[in-house]
Amino acid sequence: MTMPAIEVRAVHKTYGVGRKSREVVQDCSFAVADGSFTVVIGPSGAGKSTLMRLIAGFERPSKGEILVDGRPVKGPGPDRQVVFQETALFPWMTTRENVAYGPKARGDYTPDARHLAARLIERVGLDQFQNKYPSQLSGGMQRRAELARAMVNRPRVMILDEPFRGLDAMTKKLMLEYYSALSRESKRTNLFVTTDVDEAIFLADRLLVMTHIPTRVRAAIDVDLPYPRQLAGFASDDRANDLKRQVLSLLHEEAARSFGAGGVAADFVAAYRSRMAEEST
Amino acid sequence: MTTDVLVGAAGETARPIRRKAAPSASARATRRALVAYAVVLLVWQLGATSRGWLGHPLPYLGNLPAPSAVLEAFRRLIVDPGYWQSGYASFVRVLTGFGAAVVVGVPLGLVMALNPRIRRVVFPVFELLRPIPPLAWVPAAIIFWPTQELSIDFVIFIGAFYTMVLNVLGGADAVDVRLIQTARSMGASRWNVFSRVVLPAVIPSIVVGSQVAIGVTWEVVVAAEMISGGGSGGGTSSGGGLGFFIWNSYVGGSYPQIVVGMISIGIAGYFSSAALRWTGGRLTRWAGARS
Repeated sequence: MTMPAIEVRAVHKTYGVGRKSREVVQDCSFAVADGSFTVVIGPSGAGKSTLMRLIAGFERPSKGEILVDGRPVKGPGPDRQVVFQETALFPWMTTRENVAYGPKARGDYTPDARHLAARLIERVGLDQFQNKYPSQLSGGMQRRAELARAMVNRPRVMILDEPFRGLDAMTKKLMLEYYSALSRESKRTNLFVTTDVDEAIFLADRLLVMTHIPTRVRAAIDVDLPYPRQLAGFASDDRANDLKRQVLSLLHEEAARSFGAGGVAADFVAAYRSRMAEEST
Repeated sequence: MTTDVLVGAAGETARPIRRKAAPSASARATRRALVAYAVVLLVWQLGATSRGWLGHPLPYLGNLPAPSAVLEAFRRLIVDPGYWQSGYASFVRVLTGFGAAVVVGVPLGLVMALNPRIRRVVFPVFELLRPIPPLAWVPAAIIFWPTQELSIDFVIFIGAFYTMVLNVLGGADAVDVRLIQTARSMGASRWNVFSRVVLPAVIPSIVVGSQVAIGVTWEVVVAAEMISGGGSGGGTSSGGGLGFFIWNSYVGGSYPQIVVGMISIGIAGYFSSAALRWTGGRLTRWAGARS
């Protein structure tokens, strides 16, 4: 058994102090195998993004520790690259300048890095848009430019926090298939956050279903579907549907907790769940 | 499959940079502006000459010097070196005070935004001084600064300074934290994050702040010159500035000259704002691409 790429050990994260404090991550532990595509799924507002910021090193855990390649995380670093929910390209840099930013900022813009940047821009299909500013690119193009900007740093781990949220359905589907193929050929470790079950099952080797806030791992599910996967094929695939029902049922339980017990909303969710259960039998 | 996606990707079209309005639209805008000017001039001329064609002056408007008289005064003044010197004196003061406000205000705004400790010390003082109008500083400035010239420059500086600082501070506070996190996660140094991420992000706020501030400086320069007696020399033909020029025209009873002075300030303010807008546009081309 090789060393996991990421190890999260009994991590807590609390914001604020005293009566106003809010625990967002509670006793959360999991490991991400080297080279795996791990998808983190949970109700929205569960604290998944907080967890990702802790792994990225933008914030420190209140308790517990996070190891990347066996070394404790002390701050952000080029070995972990984050792609955020909405575009975080530098608006004043062209596509090429954005992609070349990392190596340049580290004083590491060697001919080799320059070559890699050019290749990645071509790989994400933006070679004709190298000299455009982000505001001149479509949403899908912006996401691809961001993927290239992260990958040029040759990270150990890519952390993607709902990266395709807000794209239209068609672009989102293309981006999913595109990123799945891209990551499969690079054998890089991926940590991908989403709230969308189809997206999760399409991408994942392994699924971490998170609890409602304060978050920790509710269940870890291995997704043993063969590659290449087809988003469109899921509807008729029994194994995929089994997985989907399993994950949805867990998510509904967690979502129900967010409405609080006994309320009208909780009753509504309970009714919805019993209907789901009927359909699945 | 990947190749398919790539073909689809390259087939997308980039959003075009927003172009300037088509010539026909801009021609129409110019025409409308000219009509507006013409209507204002006509009403003004009729009102000012009402004593002649109506027999008695219309209220308010009847006391104005007519546009024709103003034009006559302007024709006389345009060849008068004293008029140009007044304009030049005011212009130099505006530039000095405004320049000082940019040179001091931009770094101060940035330092306050980036260093919470300095902000906690400086900001309360800043907020206490800010409500004091620039003109209330005139007497104190005259006492404090060794020359009249410096005291006028200082009052203009005060007029532009707060606007600059607040805009830079607001702009720096609003910098998207994810951009800074992205840069840091790529191993950028603090200096690199500042110069390549924070500073470019603040430039639009500096541009907007400058445009507001330069307008304020033209308001302030005139008033400061009136109150302080127009600097060292006094007199229309010396370094009194446009403010003193207007005041002097009032005292001397040459009313058309007052209007000439007023319009001159309007034109000077218009052109200095336009120059800043143009410069700002060059500095933030990337933002012009936003639709």
